[in-house]
Formats: sequence, C-alpha cells, structure tokens
Amino acid sequence: MREAGRWSDRAARAARSRWLPEGRRGPMPWIIAIMMFLTILAAAAVLSLSHALRQMHGELRGGYTVQIVEANPALRADQTRRVAAMLRAEKGIGGVAVVPEAQLRAQLEPWIGTDSPPEELPIPAMIDMEAAPGTPPARIDALARRIAAIAPSARIDAHERYLGPVERLMRALMWLAAGLVALMVGVTAAVVMLAARSAHATHRATIDIMHLLGATDIQIARLFQRRMGMDAIFGGTIGLAAAGAMLWLLGTRMSAIDAELAGLVRLPLPLMLLLPLIPLGGALLAMLTARITVRRALERTL
Amino acid sequence: MNAIIEFENIGLRYGADEEVLSDISFSLSAGGFYFLTGASGAGKTSLLRLLYLSQRPTRGVLKLFGEDVVMMHRNRLPGFRRRIGVVFQDFRLVPHLSAHDNVALPLRLAGMDEQEIGGPVEEMLAWVGLGERADALPESLSGGEQQRVAIARAVIGRPDILVADEPTGNVDPEMAKRLLGLFEALNRLGTTIVIATHDLPLISMIGHAQMMRLDKGRLIDPTGSLRFPPRNEPAALLGRALGKPL
Repeated sequence: MREAGRWSDRAARAARSRWLPEGRRGPMPWIIAIMMFLTILAAAAVLSLSHALRQMHGELRGGYTVQIVEANPALRADQTRRVAAMLRAEKGIGGVAVVPEAQLRAQLEPWIGTDSPPEELPIPAMIDMEAAPGTPPARIDALARRIAAIAPSARIDAHERYLGPVERLMRALMWLAAGLVALMVGVTAAVVMLAARSAHATHRATIDIMHLLGATDIQIARLFQRRMGMDAIFGGTIGLAAAGAMLWLLGTRMSAIDAELAGLVRLPLPLMLLLPLIPLGGALLAMLTARITVRRALERTL
Repeated sequence: MNAIIEFENIGLRYGADEEVLSDISFSLSAGGFYFLTGASGAGKTSLLRLLYLSQRPTRGVLKLFGEDVVMMHRNRLPGFRRRIGVVFQDFRLVPHLSAHDNVALPLRLAGMDEQEIGGPVEEMLAWVGLGERADALPESLSGGEQQRVAIARAVIGRPDILVADEPTGNVDPEMAKRLLGLFEALNRLGTTIVIATHDLPLISMIGHAQMMRLDKGRLIDPTGSLRFPPRNEPAALLGRALGKPL
C-alpha cells in the first residue's frame, strides 16, 4: 500500500515536471556556476582571513620582546640573564624565553652571512615574554623602567605594534571579500529574477491554460521554483567543484611559502565544511526568488 | 431550479474601446442546456470568457454558483474554475504534453491521486475516438482530433458547468453527433451546458435546450428562456427563431 503511494507520488511528481517544457535550459546553470565559483572563493577568503586574524590576535596580544642592545658580549649576557630572572619572578608575566643567539644569527644569515665572527658583529639579545590578558599599559611602562635599571640600552617592543599594519590590511581584505560575497548574492538573486521573468513570459500561453483549468498561483510558481532550484543545484555543484580545485591549488602554493604569516592564512577543515553550504544556500535563494518573482507576475493577471 | 449563472447588467469593454457586451442580464438554471448564438463579432466569445473567468466584466454583477465573482479575490477563483469545464475555440492544448497528459491536466491540478487518473483518462480518450493516439503530441493531431482532446479535457473532471466555444467546428457530422451525445450525457448527470455555436443543425438536436442570441453585444432574448422546438420540429421553425432561413 505504502509502495503504491510512493509510486503515485513519484508519478505525480514526474507528471508535474512535464508541465513546463523540458529541453534546453539556456545559459542559466552556467551563469549560476560562475556566480557560485566566485562566491565560494570570496567566502573562502573571508573565512581564512577571519581565522588568520583570530589566530594572529591570540598570538600577538600580550606578546612582547625585550631587546638588549649591548656590544660587550659578557655584559650583554649578564644583563640578559638578570632581566630574564627579574621577568620570571614577576606576577602576570609568563612565557619568558631568551631567544638563543644561534637562532638569531640563523635568521639574520641572509643579510650578515656566515663569515663574520660573533665578536666582530654583535647582535642584540632578545627575550620573549607574554603579559597576562588585561595588563594595563602603565604596568608595562613600569616594567620597562625596571628593565632599564638593569640594562640601560634595553627596549620593549609590543608584537601588536609592529604587526598592526598587517592586521589592518588583512581585516580590510576580509571585509572586501565579505562585500564581494554580499554582491554575488545580490547579483545571483537579480539574475534568477530576470530568468524567472523571462521564463514566465516564454511559457505564458501554457500558464494561461493552466490558470483557466484551475491551477493556483502556488502550483504554477512551484514549477518555476523547481526548475530554478534544479539549475542552481547543477550550477552550484559545478561552481563548488571548480572553486574546490582552485582552493586546493592555492593551498598547496601557500604551504610552499616558508613564512609564519602565510602559514596563518589557511582554511581549517571545519571552516572548509561550510563551503558546500554556499551552493545549497544559492539553490534556496534561487528557488525563493523564482517563487516570489513568478507569484508577483501572476498577481497582475486575473 | 437554482440559478447557477446570473448576469445582471453586465458590460464589458477592452481598454478604451466601445463596449463589446452591453446590459447583459440573464440567469441560467443548474442542469440546463443552453446554446449561445449570434453572428461573428456579436460577443459570444467575450461572454464565454466572462463565464469561464478569464475576464472580469467592467460593470454589472456576475454570480456563479450563487457567489459574486466580480469582486471576488483572485485567490478564490481557481476553486471556481475547477468547477467549470471549457472547450476553447482554438483548443488551447498544452503543446508539449501528450493527448493523455492534456486530458489528465485538470485532474492533476485538482490534486487527484495519480493511480486514479489513468483509467478515466484512457476511457475518455477512447470515448472521443483517440484511444490509440494517447501518446501523440497536439502538433501531430489533426484539427478535429485536437478538438476532441480539448473536449475530453473539459469534461474529464465532470464539471458543474461546461462552456464550449464552437466545440464541433472541426469535426465531421458523425463525430459532432457523438460529441453532442457526450454533452447530453454529462447534462443528464447534472452539468449545466453552455455552447456557443453557429451550427444550427446541432442546436436542433437537443430538444430541451434553450437558446440565447447575441447581436452587437446585446442579448436578444434577455430572459434566456426561449425554448427551442423539439428535434422533430420543422427546421424552418428553428430558422425563424434564429432570424434566418435554415
């Protein structure tokens, strides 16, 4: 009995699907595919940049580097040891770590080379530290004064200060990408609206017959809604596949860059799983737009 | 008998042109059989369009099934249209649907279960002599065959009112007789029939039918109660009633 009911439902759906002529769909699915491709890329940029900003903010907030610029290696080592000890004893200050000189020399190697012996080209000592969240600037100023008492040539750099411009650029790019997503959504809706109007005009004679046979506006609107939904799902799938391939390619290029900042700009898997929701949302948007457009057009008739 | 269709001082104009229908008043009883005649351009098709709710009048009161449809919200009209079967003069078959699907269309629109549709549709197509052409598209059917599909589609839902515009215009006399028999059978089941036609012999075949005549947009017999002679009456009498020799 249930089987018969299912058959009947399928048969009814199949019959309804024939009410509008099949055949060439025109460029609509391909236009949607391009829209979805661009929307997914822009959305991926929004997600990865916002993720990078969160990461960066978490890592930079409260991060400081104490630089001890002293040419005398013995004195520099002594000041470094005493400053580090003082900082370790300080409440609300954690992650105190003296950056090994070898590491610093390795980082500077492209500029200073390997030929100069350390005593000929001294480099500053560096101590990384993290202040507890909410530490007031006055406390850092006081700390700087105490450090200066130990090492007069020392200075404190907040990580946030020198990476601020990069953060602001990333934030601007993120908002630009978000704006592009919003524009794409608007353009997709507009394209679907025009396509629905055009399809309505094309099938006007059939719609008139159906109306006179007792079809309701909803029955007719559903035909267009279904058709636009199918076009959007087809286009969305193509767009998603193309954007997925493009993102994979970009990902491999990004991972080849040996830079800390570039490493931050990536799309973690949970965020990546949000991307297939975009074509799904696009299909729903297309269906809703088609339904509203056709119903409005029908309301102008008897 | 209850009035199923009531026209009261109905006027209709298209745009700013002169009225194509003026001061039309009549009422048709449920279960009646009516012919609407008149010269070409007299307003028959316009009057039928009002009847099958393709057009609202520009003035007057039009009641169907006891309800004023002139001011009725358009959302309620599909329910009324489903009670009215229409045979259009130009058939208006859906070109990409087969004869079977065209005939099934009113039943599907009414939400009838798919399993209950096949039998009646096949039976109806067989009745109009198109059982073998169920899968044919309208473009591959002759004018007469298309007309029969249109008639099958109009009567398949056993409507309360059947409105037909020249329903036998493209079929041979034998088929015309057969189709009229179908209308009569439907009428016996309680359907009110309104047929616009020039076909005087056709009119004479239905003894109990009443006739309305339109002339330049006005109803010649405003009461709609002109009784037609029984089918055995001399054709001359019929011709006299129509105002021209038969």
